Amino acid sequence: MGLSDSEILMPASGADAVRAFGDGRDVTVFAGGTILMPMIAYRRYPQRARTLMLGRAGLNQISADGNVAVGAMTTLAAIAGSGVEPLAAAARDVADPEIRAQATLGGNLCAPPSRQGPRGDLQAALLAARAEVRCAVAGRERIEPIDEFLAGLDAEPRLVLGVELERPRRAAYSSQRRPHAHSYAVMAVACAELADGVRVAAAGVAKRAVRLRSVERALADGAAAEQASAGALDGLEPQDDALASSWYRREVLPVLVRRAITQLGGG
Amino acid sequence: MQLNVNGVSRAVSSPPLTSLLEVLREELAVLSPKHGCEQGGCGACTVLVDGEPRRSCLLPLAAVGDARITTVEGLGAPGDLAPVQSAFHDRYAAQCGYCTSGMLLAAHALIERKGGPVDRDEVLDALSGHVCRCTGYVKIVEAVMAASRGQVGAEPIEQPLAPEPSQPEIEIAGSPA
Ligand SMILES: Cc1cc2nc3c(=O)[nH]c(=O)nc-3n(C[C@H](O)[C@H](O)[C@H](O)COP(=O)(O)OP(=O)(O)OC[C@H]3O[C@@H](n4cnc5c(N)ncnc54)[C@H](O)[C@@H]3O)c2cc1C
Ligand code: FES
Ligand code: FES
Repeated sequence: MGLSDSEILMPASGADAVRAFGDGRDVTVFAGGTILMPMIAYRRYPQRARTLMLGRAGLNQISADGNVAVGAMTTLAAIAGSGVEPLAAAARDVADPEIRAQATLGGNLCAPPSRQGPRGDLQAALLAARAEVRCAVAGRERIEPIDEFLAGLDAEPRLVLGVELERPRRAAYSSQRRPHAHSYAVMAVACAELADGVRVAAAGVAKRAVRLRSVERALADGAAAEQASAGALDGLEPQDDALASSWYRREVLPVLVRRAITQLGGG
Repeated sequence: MQLNVNGVSRAVSSPPLTSLLEVLREELAVLSPKHGCEQGGCGACTVLVDGEPRRSCLLPLAAVGDARITTVEGLGAPGDLAPVQSAFHDRYAAQCGYCTSGMLLAAHALIERKGGPVDRDEVLDALSGHVCRCTGYVKIVEAVMAASRGQVGAEPIEQPLAPEPSQPEIEIAGSPA
């Protein structure tokens, strides 16, 4: 089956998209295409019988009065300008203005880890902010805590419709980038203070973003930034990849955690 | 389907997931957008989609629909250049030219959006996704800032490298100079 045999579906609403997605088994979801188009160019496209293009399905609203709701097709540019932290800081940190205007939240959340390294920098911000993911699985809509969503992403196809979150009281974001706009952040750390405490998550240390629970516990016990960041690596085995070595990640992650906590104004 | 390129509606028949870059170059022979990396990382393929800069290598034909596509061919014509084009020309902002069409379109969109003088940081941000292997960017940034101020087609900004012959500073007896 060649690429041109994939049937193109262009739903005109979120409800149509859920219907067209079905159980998702023979569907490639196509959002902004900033990850999928290079895969086509390099002949690594996840070819399936149908391609579900979400560009006309709406799903691109941000509402931020009271609780925050962000549609899956919202661009990173819109999120960067939304003032909803730490999501906005994470979105600003991605690539360049043209990519941010095309890249979507849903695509970032579902980004398959690449051969060169992990990707999906907003995942850490969403984990820290305890977002909930509204998605459709086999025709039924459900809402899943982000932790569960990320853990189950490879098990069962999901169509992401959006995320919802309580607006954090305070938030911070710290990343280690290489100089060019197009180099992915090597690692990023997001913190968010919610009603019941501070959550801390990191991108770039595992296949998908992870919470740093030891750091969270230390903060809950009143630790200062320096002490709390000492536990950043607990339970983690950062990988070697094209962006950085495991050694480098071990050295730098605690520094990013300390900076993020300091930026937050302590635990 | 029909594609609106530089104000002209053109029939295209490439499969829906073909990149706009490939459709423009291979099917419509619009050659100013360049194949660089084909992964969104160089900016050489940039075109305007409804006036906004986009990577044509990252846009599938099916997503373009009836949006207005503008390439450098639609920006100006010889003798009737857009301000950014004139400024690039006046100020030697292109060498091999491979990045130039992408730079021009992103810069043009920035100036249109701003509607007045742009500062250096705005130019650096707008062009941050555009890679140039030749110029070192200095002249490109200057050209965009000049274009935004309407400083185009003026006298050359640089003195010629070789000064006018003048009296030698030291007189050496018997020297032919
Ligand atoms: C030059 C360049 C630099 C980049 N730099 C960064 C960076 O620094 N940090 C970073 O995080 N990313 C980066 N990216 C990657 C990418 O732009 C972002 O991750 C983006 O948010 C992906 O969104 P998209 O809509 O373009 O995804 P797409 O390419 O459309 O899709 C990506 C994946 O998600 C799936 N998907 C998309 N939407 C949904 C949905 N609603 N439901 C279910 N599955 C879905 C697709 O099937 C596919 O597997 C970069 C990309 C480029 C080209
Ligand atoms: S060819 Fe499109 S960005 Fe390089
Ligand atoms: S002029 Fe040669 S790449 Fe820019």
